[in-house]
Amino acid sequence: MQKIGVFVCWCGSNIAATVDVKKVADVLRLEPGVVISETYQYMCSENGQALIRNAIKENGLTGIVVCSCSPRMHEATFRKTAESAGLNPYMVEIANIREQCSWIHKDMDEATEKAIVLGRSAIAKLKLNAPLTSGESAVVKRALVIGGGIAGIQSALDIAEAGYEVDIVESSATIGGNMAKLDKTFPTLDCAACILTPKMVDCAQNENIDIMTFSEIESVKGFVGNFKVQIRRKARFVDEKKCTGCGVCMQKCPSKKGKNEFNMGLNNRPAIYIPFAQAIPNVAIIDPEQCLKLKNGKCGLCAMQCQVNAIDYTQKDEIIEREYGAIVVATGYKPISLENFNEYGYDTYKDVVTSLELERLMNAAGPSDGHLVRPSDHKEPKVITFIQCVGSRDTSGCGKPYCSKICCMYTAKHAMLIREKYPDTEVHVFYIDVRTPGKNYDEFFRRAVEQYGVDYIKGMVGKVYEENGKLMVQGSDLINNEQVVIPSDLVVLAAAIEPNPSVRKIATMVTASIDTNNFLTEAHAKLRPVESPTAGIFLSGVCQGPKDIPETVSQASACAAKVVGLLSKDKLKCNACVAHSDETLCTGCSVCANVCPYGAITYVDKEFRIGGGKTETRRVASVNEAVCQGCGACTVTCPSGAMDLKGFSNKQIMAEVDAICKR
Amino acid sequence: MQRIETAMIEKAKALLSSGEVTRVLGWKKGELGYDVEPCVFKSEESLKDFCYNVFCGANLSKYLVEESKKEGKILVFLKPCDSYSFNQLIKEHRINKENVYTVGVECQGKVDPYKLKENGIEMVDSAVETVDTVTVKGKEFKKEEIILGKCLTCTKKPLSYDDIISFNEKREPVLDRFETVKKLEAMTADERYAFWKDQLSNCIRCNACRNVCPACTCTKCVFDNDNSGIASKANSDSFEEKLFHIIRAFHVAGRCTDCGECSRVCPQHIPLHLLNRKFISDIDRLYGEYQAGEDTDSKGPLTNYTTGDVDPSDVFGGNN
Repeated sequence: MQKIGVFVCWCGSNIAATVDVKKVADVLRLEPGVVISETYQYMCSENGQALIRNAIKENGLTGIVVCSCSPRMHEATFRKTAESAGLNPYMVEIANIREQCSWIHKDMDEATEKAIVLGRSAIAKLKLNAPLTSGESAVVKRALVIGGGIAGIQSALDIAEAGYEVDIVESSATIGGNMAKLDKTFPTLDCAACILTPKMVDCAQNENIDIMTFSEIESVKGFVGNFKVQIRRKARFVDEKKCTGCGVCMQKCPSKKGKNEFNMGLNNRPAIYIPFAQAIPNVAIIDPEQCLKLKNGKCGLCAMQCQVNAIDYTQKDEIIEREYGAIVVATGYKPISLENFNEYGYDTYKDVVTSLELERLMNAAGPSDGHLVRPSDHKEPKVITFIQCVGSRDTSGCGKPYCSKICCMYTAKHAMLIREKYPDTEVHVFYIDVRTPGKNYDEFFRRAVEQYGVDYIKGMVGKVYEENGKLMVQGSDLINNEQVVIPSDLVVLAAAIEPNPSVRKIATMVTASIDTNNFLTEAHAKLRPVESPTAGIFLSGVCQGPKDIPETVSQASACAAKVVGLLSKDKLKCNACVAHSDETLCTGCSVCANVCPYGAITYVDKEFRIGGGKTETRRVASVNEAVCQGCGACTVTCPSGAMDLKGFSNKQIMAEVDAICKR
Repeated sequence: MQRIETAMIEKAKALLSSGEVTRVLGWKKGELGYDVEPCVFKSEESLKDFCYNVFCGANLSKYLVEESKKEGKILVFLKPCDSYSFNQLIKEHRINKENVYTVGVECQGKVDPYKLKENGIEMVDSAVETVDTVTVKGKEFKKEEIILGKCLTCTKKPLSYDDIISFNEKREPVLDRFETVKKLEAMTADERYAFWKDQLSNCIRCNACRNVCPACTCTKCVFDNDNSGIASKANSDSFEEKLFHIIRAFHVAGRCTDCGECSRVCPQHIPLHLLNRKFISDIDRLYGEYQAGEDTDSKGPLTNYTTGDVDPSDVFGGNN
C-alpha cells in the first residue's frame, strides 16, 4: 500500500502569488494513495525540510511529491531530505509549478488548475517508482585544459598548484593566446608581456603541466571523472624535444613571404619560424604552405643549418589518447571578420586598422618596433580617429547583438598611450556609450578625457573615404547635433569579439550547451557561472562571454577551484537512473549500441528457454551501469521496447502523460 | 524465365546432393498460377513443386530469421529487392549468415494478381514473360499495366551473393519512387488527414503488414506486449489503426528498405508503403541519400550522429 505525501511550496510569492497553493494541496490530498498534503512558504528551508522529514516518519510515507521549483534547482535537496528520514531518495518526485507554471502564467485560476495537473502527473509517476541505489565510479586525477590563452594558463597553473596533473592543449604553435599580442593592459598600463610571459614560463616549468601546442581535440568520450580524449598532435616538422629555439633556421630560410600571424599579418615571417621571442615552447615550426622543401622538394637549408637535427620533413600528425577527470574549455575569442562593414573601408584602405593590429603597431616587439607608424607609408599619423562598437551592440544582423565589453577600456588606453607618447597627435573617438564599470575603470577613462585631452564624440560613423591623401571619417556628433568630417591619418576600428569558431565543435564533442552567439552556457547564470550544465565540463574565459583580463583570470581560478574540488574526490556517485535491457524482449539488433554516446552497451549470447524443454541462444544487450549516464537515447531507439530507463521508464512517462490528459 | 527456373532447380539439387545445404528456401507452385507461396524444400524430390516466375513477388528474407537458427545451411534465392532486406537483417544480427547460402536471381518485375483481376482475368494457370510484357490467358499486357506497385518504382540493384543466376536483362523504373509522397506533402494538413483517415479506416487489423515486414522481427512486438502500455493505448482510440500504422512506420524508420511487402500483402489495398517512403524521403533530404540494406555494417543515418548533421528545422523550416 502506497502512502504518498504531497508538499506544495509557496516559494514566497514566486508561486503563491499566481497559484492557489492551498487549493492545490486540498485537491491533491484527494488523489488515491495520498495520505498527507501540506503547504509551506519555503519548502527548501530548514523548517520546510523538517516538515517533510516529520511527515515521512509520522505517516510512514512510501514516497513524496514536492510541488516546487524546477528539479534542476532542488531535486537534490529534497532527495537528501527524504534520505535523512529513511526514504529512498529516488522515491521523490518534483512537480515543477514555478518555472513551468507560476512564472509563465498570469491568471490564478488557470495556473492553479495547471499546478494540480502537474501534481497529479508527478503522483502518477511516483506510484511506479522503485527504490534505486547508485553505484560508484573512480575519478581520473588529471585535468584537460582546452586553450592556452591567459584563461587556460591560469586554470592550469591553479590546478597544478593544487597537486593535480593537467594538460594544456593549444591549437596554435605557442601558448599565450590573444593576451600575448597586447601592448599594455588597462587600467594599470603594465606591459602585457611582462605579466603574461612569467606565467607562460611557470606553465612550462611546472612538473604537473604538460603543454601540447599545435594540437587539437579529435574526440571526447566518457563522462565526468572518466573522459577519454583523443588529441591530434599536428605535424610541425620540427622535433619539439630536440629544437633549442636558437633561431638560425629562421635566418637562413629563403622563403620569407608568410604572413606573420603574431603581428596580425602586418609583416612577413619565414616558412620556418618561432611565433615570437617568448613563445612557449620556444620551438620552431614549419608552415607547409610556404616551405619550399615541403612544397616541391627543393631546399632543405634549415635541416642543413640545424645543429641538433631537429628538422623532420616527414613528420606526420599523431593522435594520442589520454584520460581525464575534468575538462576546462578555455577556447577564447577572435575579433569578428569585418566583411559586413565596408563603410569603414577596412578592406580598401591600408590605414584603417583594427584595435588588435594597433596593439602590434604600438608594441616594442611589433613590426615597427613600437614606433607608431601607419601601415601605408610608415609615417607617423598626426590625426587618429577611433570608431567604437564596430559590430558590437548591432541588431541589424551585420554584427553581434551583445556588448564586447573590453573595447571602451582598451580604446581609452590606446588614446591615452598615444597622447602620452606623441603629444602632438590629435585623437578622436566616436562612441555610442562609454561603459566603464570596474575597479579604477571610470577614473581611467576620465584621465584619458580630462588629463590627456582625447576628443570623445558621441555618435556613429557613417563612412570612411579617402580625399587628398586623408581618410575622411564622416559621422554625427549627437551632442552638438551636427555632421562632422574628420580628416585622419589613421582610423582604428574597435571590432567586436566573438567566441573562437572551434568552440562549436568542441562543445559538440563534450556535449556542452551553447547559446545563439556561440558562447558556452553556464549551469546557472548566477550561482554556477564556471560550470557547464554537462558534469565535468568547466568554462574559463571568453568562451563563456566577453570579459577582460582581470575578470578572465578570476574566472579561470574559480574554474580551477571547481576542477580541484572534483579531482579531490576518489569516487563519484554514479547516476542511479541507468538503462537496463529486458532480455526477454531484446532482439540484439545493435541499434541501442549505435546511439549510446558512452559506449555503455555490449552484447552477450544467452540461452533462453523457449518452451517444450527446448532452449535457444540469443544475442542480447547488456548495459554497463557504471558507464551509463541515463541519457535515454537507447530507450527511444529500441524498436522492441526492451531498453528502459530506471526512474524514467516508458511506463512512468506514459503514466505522467495519461495523468495530464485525463480530465 | 523458364530458363532461370531450370537453372535455379539445378543449383538447388546440386547443393542439396553435395550436402552443402540441407534445405532450400524458394517459392512453391499453388493450385493456380498466382497462388505461389514461400516454401522450405528439404529434398531433391520436393523440388518438383519449386517455381520461379512472374508471381514470385514474396520477399523470402524474413523466413531466414528462424531458418538460419536451425542446424545446417539453407539455400535462399534472393531477388534484388529481397537482398536489401537480407542485408539489413544481417546488419541487425537477426540472421546467422554462416547458415545461409545466398543466390541472387534476376527479376524484371512481378505481377500483381489484383491488377489481373481488375482486368477481368482470374483463374490463371500460367503466364509467359518477356522483359516488357506478360501474356496470360492469351492476352498480352505491358508490364507497367499489371506489375506490383513496388516493381513500378524499383531501382534496386543486385548486391553481393554466394552465387548469381543471370542478371542480363534489367528493367528501368517506370515511376518516380517519391511521386505520391510529393503529392501528399503538397496537401494541406486537413487534406492529408482526410486521405489517411479514409485509407486507414479500411484496416481490419489482420497484422499481415507487420507479419510480412522484414524490419518487424522483434522477439515480441510492442503491440503484443501487454506490459508495453502501447497496445491498450491504441485500442482506446476510436481510430486505432491510424496509431498502429504510424507507430509501426516509426519503428521501422531508417531500417525499412522499401521492399513494398506491406502494401503487397494488404488485403484492403492500403498504400502502407507511403508512410515508410515519407520517412525515406525525409531521411534523404536531411542526411543525404540513404538506402537501408545496401550494406551490412553502416550505422544508418537515424542511429548515427555526426557533428555535420543538420538541424531538421534548417531544412524543413521552423515549425517542424
